[in-house]
Amino acid sequence: MTVLATADTATPLPPLRRPPLAVRVGRSILPVYTALAVMYLFLPIIVMIAFSFNDPRGRQNITWQGFTIQNYFDVWSRPDITGPMLNSLVVALLGTIVATTLGTLIGLALTRYEFRGQGPLNLLIYVPMATPEVIMGASLLSLWVAVGAQRGLATIIIAHIMFNISYVVVTVRARIAGFNRSLEEAAMDLGADEWTTFRKVTLPLIFPGIMAAALLAFALSIDDYVITSFVSGQTTTFPLWVYGASRFGVPPEVNVLGTLIFVIAGLAILAQLLWARQSAARGRAAMEVSG
Amino acid sequence: MPRRLRWLTPYLFLLPGGLWLALFFVVPMLVMASVSLQEGSLGRGFTMTWNFGVYPEVISTYSPQFVRSIIYAFTVTLATLLLGYPIAYTIAFRGGRFKNILLLLVIAPFFTAFIIRTLSWKLILADNGFLLGTLKDIGLLSPGEHVLATPLAVVSGLTYNFLPFMVLPLYVSLEKIDPHLVEAATDLYANRLHAFLRVTLPLSMPGVFAGSLLVFIPAVGDFINAAILGSRDTTMIGNVIQRLFLATNAYPEASALGFVLMAAVLVLVAIYAKVVGAKELTAG
Repeated sequence: MTVLATADTATPLPPLRRPPLAVRVGRSILPVYTALAVMYLFLPIIVMIAFSFNDPRGRQNITWQGFTIQNYFDVWSRPDITGPMLNSLVVALLGTIVATTLGTLIGLALTRYEFRGQGPLNLLIYVPMATPEVIMGASLLSLWVAVGAQRGLATIIIAHIMFNISYVVVTVRARIAGFNRSLEEAAMDLGADEWTTFRKVTLPLIFPGIMAAALLAFALSIDDYVITSFVSGQTTTFPLWVYGASRFGVPPEVNVLGTLIFVIAGLAILAQLLWARQSAARGRAAMEVSG
Repeated sequence: MPRRLRWLTPYLFLLPGGLWLALFFVVPMLVMASVSLQEGSLGRGFTMTWNFGVYPEVISTYSPQFVRSIIYAFTVTLATLLLGYPIAYTIAFRGGRFKNILLLLVIAPFFTAFIIRTLSWKLILADNGFLLGTLKDIGLLSPGEHVLATPLAVVSGLTYNFLPFMVLPLYVSLEKIDPHLVEAATDLYANRLHAFLRVTLPLSMPGVFAGSLLVFIPAVGDFINAAILGSRDTTMIGNVIQRLFLATNAYPEASALGFVLMAAVLVLVAIYAKVVGAKELTAG
């Protein structure tokens, strides 16, 4: 013992050793794997973007022929593609506005009030999300056939509102459940009536949640193929058009629109994220002030 | 609003959305139930005959597609769980400042239409596409091999399309875990594997449950992947329902199949909830 001790004090301590190679490799397995997984998730998108710049000869846009940006100009003179895209945007926009309104109201009822039937309702709201889309589409088709309704844009919008309500409720409810009720109570103590409190305190606090729900609804709506295919009648949305076209070859203009949606949606989500972070910071500041 | 009517407020909030769901979710289900028991054709019209016989009939006719859909959906659920857990784990525990960015990257594929993503996979998996072509060039695969039109293509397409549905709930449940608990466990238990199996994994079960449902349910009813990436031998029950409804107008059979699928999903979910343990889930 003493020998060892003297040896230790005699020689200066060696510099801290790096962890052994095996440990370092072990530690980097997960991050490397995750990076690869993200690449895997992006693979089809990279393919989509790449082929939006392809210059195919003939109908098939499946082998790389050469680089061009011409597709980005040509797409606007292809009414057969932009028409369905316009339909999709109208459906998604109207559907999102209505579904977000209806869903937010349900979310408020479920979180800020106590009433008979609340417990079952909290679970029932998941039922539409747990129903396979093909069944929702098929049952709506049964309804429209039974009542003899003409299928078209209106029936598509009705269906999209229906399947989006639950997603909005769940998203908004999570946000409302997370905020401090004492802020509302403080406003009421200071003399604000219920409506003013809602407008000036509650709404600004839950607004990021509403925006997130609206973005989700919009994304689900503009992407929907399954339910839409049952209730569309003669009307074509963008996903329906792409699917129909895929049998004889998808033109690069589809990739152009796909790329544009991807970029715009990405920017919207990014903006929403930054905004949510900012308002969270404001919320924290408000909490600190209110003590 | 007068004070004594205040109890009405939540019901007023519920009314428009509830009415919408009643009219366009519940009523259509009832109509479909009634259609399934009718007989006739689109031209002559359908009449109610309480024909319950349609149920055993469609089950026996389409049992191969049923069994196939359930096997595919199981495989896909398991694959997304195995692929997704390490991703969610890394983002939750090692993500640091990049958590939100990493999550954004995981959901980014959603910003592209489902159809376009699936068509991209068709390009990637094509016989002489990027993937197989390269593997064949370097001799890892014999020139005759193909993936498209096989079950592997359909399952891999479904796995790709639904992976984010698994990662998000897993991340949410993993993120809630207090790292100090794991630390305490590593102090007490022999190694990190034990700590993971005894602490982290049980605490993440609500995420495993939610993720499995979010993947299994859409996967079992999907028909796009089978239609784009598969062949006649990979037809799933969703393809059958869609064809019977939209191409052959066999509404009673299609409706009955829809209900059998719904019942199968509910039974499987109930069994799964029993196995995983509902108590743990409500705690999460």
